[in-house]
Amino acid sequence: MKKKPSFFARFYMAFIMLFLYAPIFVLIVFSFNSTRSRTVWTGFSFQWYQRLFSDGTILDAFYTTLIIAALAAVISTVLGTFAAIGFYNMRSRWRTPLTQINNIPMMNADIVTGVSLSLLFISIGSLLRFRLGFGTLLIAHIVFCVPYVVLAIMPKLRQIDRNLVDAACDLGCTWMKAFWKVIIPEIRPGIINGMIIAFTLSIDDFVISYFTAGGNIMTLPMQIFSMTRRRVSPEINALSTILFLSVLTLLIIINVRDIKQEEKLKKRHAALNN
Amino acid sequence: MKPKYFSIPYVGWMAIFVVAPIILVFIYAFTTPTGALTLRNFSDMGLFMPVFIRSFRLAFISTIVCILLGYPVAYILARENQRVQRVLFLLIMLPLWMNFLLRTYAWMSILENTGLLNQLLTALSLPPVRIINTEAAVVIGMVYNFLPFMILPIYSVIVKIDRNLLEAAQDLGANSLSVFRRLIIPLSIPGILSGVTMVFVPAVSAFVITQLLGGGMVFLLGDLIEMQFLGTAHNPHVGSAISIVMMLVVIAFVIIMNKFGAGEERTVGL
Repeated sequence: MKKKPSFFARFYMAFIMLFLYAPIFVLIVFSFNSTRSRTVWTGFSFQWYQRLFSDGTILDAFYTTLIIAALAAVISTVLGTFAAIGFYNMRSRWRTPLTQINNIPMMNADIVTGVSLSLLFISIGSLLRFRLGFGTLLIAHIVFCVPYVVLAIMPKLRQIDRNLVDAACDLGCTWMKAFWKVIIPEIRPGIINGMIIAFTLSIDDFVISYFTAGGNIMTLPMQIFSMTRRRVSPEINALSTILFLSVLTLLIIINVRDIKQEEKLKKRHAALNN
Repeated sequence: MKPKYFSIPYVGWMAIFVVAPIILVFIYAFTTPTGALTLRNFSDMGLFMPVFIRSFRLAFISTIVCILLGYPVAYILARENQRVQRVLFLLIMLPLWMNFLLRTYAWMSILENTGLLNQLLTALSLPPVRIINTEAAVVIGMVYNFLPFMILPIYSVIVKIDRNLLEAAQDLGANSLSVFRRLIIPLSIPGILSGVTMVFVPAVSAFVITQLLGGGMVFLLGDLIEMQFLGTAHNPHVGSAISIVMMLVVIAFVIIMNKFGAGEERTVGL
């Protein structure tokens, strides 16, 4: 399948990239606009960045989002890791239905997950006297994050050589020790991957939060939504520009490092072969 | 302690937070606000028929457009060399890191009647277009938001196609068009199918996109459900019934599609 991409292919990719990046470009450009307008360019200014850092509501929503995402990522990673190991060691008679139930929040439309959880929280809440808020929001986020953690870890578990665990046990490890010294290190990439996925899903979620957060707490996406009903302040553009550029920088650093490492490996390989 | 018991906490968690909420949706759908059993919530569904039809139609159109736009991207991507592949792949996934509400909101600026697209058209002395607050705007929003979810699974299937197979076909006299039509497309069906599921489900239940780009003129199932739970119509019982019908139709659709797909795969005949 190697051939020089044709002119048409290049042109088509450029068109798709234009489609994908036009809105982002617009967002970034208008974060520097000197007036509130989001369609007419009136001049360059940093005022929205200055206002952003003194806007309590947006910053509060941002902190809430980060705290929820961090907690949801850590808790669902722990829960999901143990769940995945448990599922893996079960007979398929139990494993199949349980993994299917685990898949429900992933397969279901977000809005259905959201409303069904809100029904649950409201009915239990009226019994146990609690209201929608930070707790219910966090639980909801864990609910939709764990399935992805399990999904990220399962393939790593399948790759483990079972003899490794047996060998550790034969050499005098207790099962618990083998667990910490063999299994966890072997599946670590899956665990880290799962945690990253959980964190990003949680940061980005709007629909499920919208139904489970109640009126007293707002995440950033919820804040953005309530603003779109009136008028989005360009402060939000400023914030998203900062976030976008941070992600971009992070990705570039990671990838440049990866490429360098690969090249080193290749060189070493070539040197060995000669 | 045996490792299989490790999952007990999560099994308990799923019972409370995954299974119980769905049972509750069913209970709500079959009861009235006073708690009596009823089928009214479902028999009244006829009222919402136009909304159902519009939602499924727009989701269907968006999914088709995603395949038509996304398939060539996945195909071209899979043919590039490793380094270009990596960069392009990141470029396709990168927009997902920006909140989808913001990106959709940016489309408002582009598509508005006095928006950037029309400013550009006027500058080129072309007639302006009216897109905002129409179904076309909603479809653009959906395609924009869900396109990466179509490209990703198709790409990962095409990349794994055995090159020897393609070379063998060429050696046996197939030209590149028939290699594409009779090998690559059939072999990428599984990718297309998972892409379709990943696009269709969120498209059918979308509600924010419609409010931003449809301006209340394009009312879809997601808006209907939201209205029953948080909005003015407040009736979670009807809302639950609508959610159930929506999910059943989606599940039926996915099952039928997978059956059809399984048949396709067999025709490759390897």
